Amino acid sequence: MEELRRYAKELLVSGEVAAVIGYMQVSETRTKPVIIIDPTDTSLLVLNEYCLNNLTVYLTRARIKALAREKDKVKKLAVVVKPCDERSIVALIQENQIRRDELVIISFNCHGVVRDFGCSFVPDTLAAKCSVCTSAAPQYSDKIFGEVKEIPGTDDKQLMKIDETGNKSAAERFEFFSKEFDKCIKCYACRAVCPLCYCQRCITDKTIPRWIESSSHSRGNFSWNIVRAFHLSGRCTGCGECDRACPMDIPLSLINRKMAQASKDLFGYESGKSLEKATLVGSFDKKDSDEIFM
Amino acid sequence: MNEMNDNNNAYGAWEPKIVAFVCNWCTYAGADLAGTSRYKYPPNMKIIRVMCSGAVDPVFIIKAFERGADGVLVSGCHPNDCHYNAGNFHARRRWDLFHALLDFIGIEKERLQFSWISASEGKKFADVVTKVTNDIKAVGPFKSYQKMNREFTAVFPAKDNPAESDTAVLKEVNDGRA
Repeated sequence: MEELRRYAKELLVSGEVAAVIGYMQVSETRTKPVIIIDPTDTSLLVLNEYCLNNLTVYLTRARIKALAREKDKVKKLAVVVKPCDERSIVALIQENQIRRDELVIISFNCHGVVRDFGCSFVPDTLAAKCSVCTSAAPQYSDKIFGEVKEIPGTDDKQLMKIDETGNKSAAERFEFFSKEFDKCIKCYACRAVCPLCYCQRCITDKTIPRWIESSSHSRGNFSWNIVRAFHLSGRCTGCGECDRACPMDIPLSLINRKMAQASKDLFGYESGKSLEKATLVGSFDKKDSDEIFM
Repeated sequence: MNEMNDNNNAYGAWEPKIVAFVCNWCTYAGADLAGTSRYKYPPNMKIIRVMCSGAVDPVFIIKAFERGADGVLVSGCHPNDCHYNAGNFHARRRWDLFHALLDFIGIEKERLQFSWISASEGKKFADVVTKVTNDIKAVGPFKSYQKMNREFTAVFPAKDNPAESDTAVLKEVNDGRA
């Protein structure tokens, strides 16, 4: 932790970066995001099992970007990420939303995080994404802190739920999802918290014509949730922030995970894994399957 | 009371409403050929011409279901024949994913179908329309979605809702009043 603070301080003092986006401790089992521009504040930075937020989301925000813009030059932004959040950065770079040479990526050897704030770190409270983690070692980071520790093993409950849902009949699935979507209050927290929902103007905000009803009626909820899931298909890196942000506990990452599975099965593509690859829906292969086409 | 009033034919039997998004360069010309060649196919399909199958946004399909469609067909040029070179290749990836999503959400696979029909395939167009219509007749009316639609229009009547107001116009057109 001291190393991280020292490194962040060096970056700020030398003027290489305009700001460090990191985590600060609020209570024993809770952290919050902090954007540091003053080198003396770097003593706030922490890295532990309670660093839940995906800080990548700030990199696409205009006000944060403006921090790095000076009269005649662009400074870098430093961001502290978990190895899984690093995948969101990769996806954003692939989609030309941010530039690698304008970033300092600080990461650490992660051994899992808790499901939600307030839980102590034991295998039972491990976040769902951690039980299937395939990205524990950072790939593209400039600096990696922390020792390598093993992630406590747990069952993949999410996968079981996907299989369980997939085995139901179409009518039962429709019933299940319309019941879940019915809970939606259209707060768009899932959109605000998602690093890949960076559109300046979302399709739900468009009124002429209004494609998606904005009232939280089941019909509008249904179309919003389908569109949200579809726009993240083949892009979602599975950080699970939407699940954590949803005040109504809609199983958003269940659908996201299903779509990640589908893009892997259909196209062998995993989002955020490689900077060299083109994005899934932004590219095509002439040999893609013609199975569903008559 | 029959809740499917709008979709009944002259003999009182239910007829499916199917929306087809067809590309201007191939399938639309194929449909034209089917007509000039006098091939017979069911009249359930409402054709919407778009410039490319790649131009069909998935929200068009959701909107079609919201307006009471029982099924949707998207059809474009065969791969490698796209007027814009790559439109249908991009579309193919997108539809693969969208189809998987709708299937997982619980919308039967028959309700959303895809095909490649070229300008010279009038017969294929007639065959595809027949097949899609029969498939949708087999799965029946899309009751679960239409229930949501009815509940929605009960709360937000078309006159208060600009997004719905053109359905009222459409109804007048269909009734021969406008």
